[in-house]
Amino acid sequence: MNTLDETDLAIMRATQAGLPLTPQPYQDIAEKLGLMAEDVMARMAAMQEQGIIRRIGAVPNHYKLGYRFNGMTVWNVPDESIDELGQKVGLLTFVSHCYQRPRHLPEWPYNLFAMVHGKSQEDVDSQIQQIADLLGDYNQGCDVLYSTNILKKTGFRSRTKTKNYKIAT
Amino acid sequence: MDEIDRRIINTLQEGFPIYDAPYQQVALQVGLIEQALIDRLKALLENGTLSRFGPLYHAELMGGALTLAAVKAPPERFDEITTIVNAFPEVAHNYARNHELNMWFVIATETSEQIQHTITAIEQQTGLTVYNMPKIKEYFVGLKLEA
Repeated sequence: MNTLDETDLAIMRATQAGLPLTPQPYQDIAEKLGLMAEDVMARMAAMQEQGIIRRIGAVPNHYKLGYRFNGMTVWNVPDESIDELGQKVGLLTFVSHCYQRPRHLPEWPYNLFAMVHGKSQEDVDSQIQQIADLLGDYNQGCDVLYSTNILKKTGFRSRTKTKNYKIAT
Repeated sequence: MDEIDRRIINTLQEGFPIYDAPYQQVALQVGLIEQALIDRLKALLENGTLSRFGPLYHAELMGGALTLAAVKAPPERFDEITTIVNAFPEVAHNYARNHELNMWFVIATETSEQIQHTITAIEQQTGLTVYNMPKIKEYFVGLKLEA
């Protein structure tokens, strides 16, 4: 699966903080790395094809767009049905992440995680209800954890910048 | 943020071309000239409306390791625990959440062994149990938030 070579990794390092905001961003990355722009573009297209780049684009700050209600919904569903259920939940348009994670019994019985986002508590309540309806009898318990404060947020690899800021919810 | 900013945000969540002059192409879509798009994009990043712009890499496929972990921080020690946890460069995100498990953080390392080392070190320094909840399966990642 991992078919990245040193040049791919160099491109990754050069772009993980963002794409240059210049008319020819790929050309600029190429110049910085001593490569041809065509090569940079071909490699990035290949990485996108392989899913190593999930997508190229903008990531908005949820809060700044008014999505102040960000809930981590967690569900206890039977292990034998979780793949089918997880895929269905993941298809809901308001779900941003949907994963299977391990339970920590007895206190943490939840194995299906789905992040939901809304501009009001009512939005999120309705989203949670839609997930519950979809799971039906497979739903053997659930909880919703809201973020009350961002304590730290950094890029995954560039580990130098730390921002602390309070968000009132 | 005006209508044009909204259009930029919505369009750029759909993707971005790998093309010699990509901003020019996107500018046409949103009805701006290239430099105006670039200037607005800069402003949206500077004022924090956008937290990132560029390629989003799949951490595990790049060979890195990632987990979600949580602790029950006693309220009177919450700030102290926050300081300890945030001091680890391996901790990429940390969120307070309204639950008995009230602190949830993402640990990102080069190898899976380093995940375990980090968890052990956090347990030692805080005296708390770290609930490790690595992803077993990914069903969906991605979202378009309409601006």
